[in-house]
Amino acid sequence: MVGSSAVCAVQPDEIMADPVKEARARDLSRELRCMVCQNQSIDDSEAPLARDLRLLVRERIAAGDSDAQVIDFLVARYGEFVLLKPRFNPHTLMLWLLPPLALAGGGFALWIYGRRRSRSASAEDQSPAKLSADEQARLERLMAAEPSPDGPV
Amino acid sequence: MIAEAGHYALVLALGLALIQSTVPMLGARWHDAALMNVARSTALAQLLFALASFAALVTLHVTSDFSVVNVFENSHSLKPLIYKITGVWGNHEGSMLLWVSILALFGGLVAAFGNNLPLSLRAHVLAVQAWIASAFYLFILITSNPFLRIANPPIEGRDLNPVLQDIGLAVHPPMLYLGYVGFSISFSFAVAALIEGRIDAAWARWVRPWTLVAWIFLTLGIAMGSYWAYYELGWGGWWFWDPVENASLMPWLAGTALLHSAVVMEKRNALKVWTILLAILTFSLSLLGTFLVRSGVLTSVHAFATDPTRGVFILLILCTFIGGSLTLYAWRASALKQGGLFAPISREGALVLNNLFLTTACATVFIGTLYPLALEVLTGDKISVGAPFFNLTFAPLFVPLMIAVPFGPLLAWKRGDLLGAAQRLMAAGIAALIAFAVLWAWTRGGSALAPLAIGLAVFVIAGALCDLAERTGLFRAPVATAVRRARGLPRSTWGTAFAHAGVGVALIGIVCETTWNSEYIGSMKAGDVAKIAGYEVELDSLAQRQGPNFREMVAQFTVSLDGRRLSEMTPSKRNYPARGSSTTEAALLTRGVSQLYISLGDTADGTIAVRIYHKPLVLLIWFGPVLMAFGGMLSLSDRRLRVGAPKPARAPRGLQPAE
Repeated sequence: MVGSSAVCAVQPDEIMADPVKEARARDLSRELRCMVCQNQSIDDSEAPLARDLRLLVRERIAAGDSDAQVIDFLVARYGEFVLLKPRFNPHTLMLWLLPPLALAGGGFALWIYGRRRSRSASAEDQSPAKLSADEQARLERLMAAEPSPDGPV
Repeated sequence: MIAEAGHYALVLALGLALIQSTVPMLGARWHDAALMNVARSTALAQLLFALASFAALVTLHVTSDFSVVNVFENSHSLKPLIYKITGVWGNHEGSMLLWVSILALFGGLVAAFGNNLPLSLRAHVLAVQAWIASAFYLFILITSNPFLRIANPPIEGRDLNPVLQDIGLAVHPPMLYLGYVGFSISFSFAVAALIEGRIDAAWARWVRPWTLVAWIFLTLGIAMGSYWAYYELGWGGWWFWDPVENASLMPWLAGTALLHSAVVMEKRNALKVWTILLAILTFSLSLLGTFLVRSGVLTSVHAFATDPTRGVFILLILCTFIGGSLTLYAWRASALKQGGLFAPISREGALVLNNLFLTTACATVFIGTLYPLALEVLTGDKISVGAPFFNLTFAPLFVPLMIAVPFGPLLAWKRGDLLGAAQRLMAAGIAALIAFAVLWAWTRGGSALAPLAIGLAVFVIAGALCDLAERTGLFRAPVATAVRRARGLPRSTWGTAFAHAGVGVALIGIVCETTWNSEYIGSMKAGDVAKIAGYEVELDSLAQRQGPNFREMVAQFTVSLDGRRLSEMTPSKRNYPARGSSTTEAALLTRGVSQLYISLGDTADGTIAVRIYHKPLVLLIWFGPVLMAFGGMLSLSDRRLRVGAPKPARAPRGLQPAE
């Protein structure tokens, strides 16, 4: 996002006097989305809206809100869209559950596959792949072209 | 005239691609060698016309022919020559033309070097390549023609987006596309194998080097893009979990998995069905990436709906190829014979584990990227999935993977000895523990997470070295013997070691940059000094300067360490009047593998907002992928892959009579 009046992210005049509170503000800023940008946190964004949000976060922190209260305040005002890390709720259930399920499912499939393979291992014949008619013909051609080692020289 | 010629060349390329899609298939069906050989000549001719078309667009951009819409919208007569050339692919139409040109290039390479492939396999592979090519030629000609004219040509162009006016654009997209599109070869081979209903040793032998080539380019392309974003965007970030980045990361993860499963298939003739599926998935993810980036669906689902032709067309291509190939897979995969048994603890087993974690990581990125889109379409709810989500879900998957990496190469094929491998990795484990202990003591009471992660990275790097030491008998045999054995080691073994060490190196960079990054944010005026990480950075002066197609405000800083003057840094802010937009040109000072990074903000009566970062070991983040790519190249130059299938010895033409 390159606006006509580019402003740097986190302006010097925004920084809070208390370094502990400022660090909290920075951490919170990284989890909040600048809603007019593409996938940027307000900590990184240069958009004026991001600046407003950064100031808002610092205002709430200065007013004595806890991190959770600040987040709740922003969600109440701007909706879930403002969170870069979606909260766990019925709508995001699958989002959070699918990755671990994929790992567990993959592991389980491997286990089943391994068991089935080892069980059928004895039954399976280990003969090499069969040649197609084309390849059989080619093989015969090649063998015919090769001078036979014990033939007359 | 040039525009029309380019357009016409593209139409001819489409015609050739259509012939290449059908005739060789019929030839394979009827066992007609002449028809099958059509694939070769059409692939080469198609490459010629695609390149001609691309060359035409380059010529139009270089000569600033503003009667062509594409040139008018993305070029400017005063733009430096290099950006006139790179601007060709700095826009939608041009980048799609680059995409098909590279596709044609890969098809041409298979045609040119595929002499030792079975004839029907080559015919099928090239036909499948031509299906993809036809679809994309049609896409360009119908929805994104770069050769359209303007009735009343304007006198000056609108200039290229200034962010793109950088050397990064010369390297990043072509590399990335070589990677994306390179995977089309493994895809075509997979589909060809499914059509033929059989895969043999020649198949695996062929697929691995092509996958490796694509993977090398994709690795370098992603790393290059990341470094470009780092220095160009001006806030020092190098990975944003942006959907566009995720679109390139997914094929990389799947491609890395493919590379490893192809090894099993080549050496042990096992995992055939899985390798075929991965080959299909990898290219499908490349197509998905193209769709995500090119359709506009990412900016907003609604932007997609307002200008649907392009998006719908690519979506159609996507559904046809992914749906078609997966259907074919479901139908034919059972016909492929499984071979090569192995115990869970074995080299194969380790590679399967690698595949499990890499594909799960890939699935995680996929879910995180597409879930918000799906949710918005289904329920209308808008949510964001950003960096914090991925850090929480993606990163943990890499911990077990990284622990397993050094074990893999030390296990034997078929049945391995885990205890033995662990004993041989003792030195690596000790190195990792020392690294962890030293760092933890040094950071004193800080979080143990970063030292643990670095310990893990050291384990991976030392593990790669252990593997080499083990194979050469270093420390056990005389040095001369070790050197002789090192020379005799296959290049692919060296490649593995370098690539695995590269992963560890990148991890060290990532952990250091994110944990011990320090920053200074403040307003400065001439003469002010900022202190950061032991460095003193003094602002000397602010000045305005005129560039070829921009004006810039340049700040000059002097950097000193312990009172000793080190260097000057000159970050700037540029303003491009043609588009009325501006960019921040950060200044970088490299010290070893660490960097100082200065970017400028707004000016207000003599003072300027400045952000200064000290980024410890940051260059390792990109040095790691370079090492990985180097490992890939070593492996590619392995004798086994260079020599190819043995050629039949020429039959003696009759014996010379003895003198």
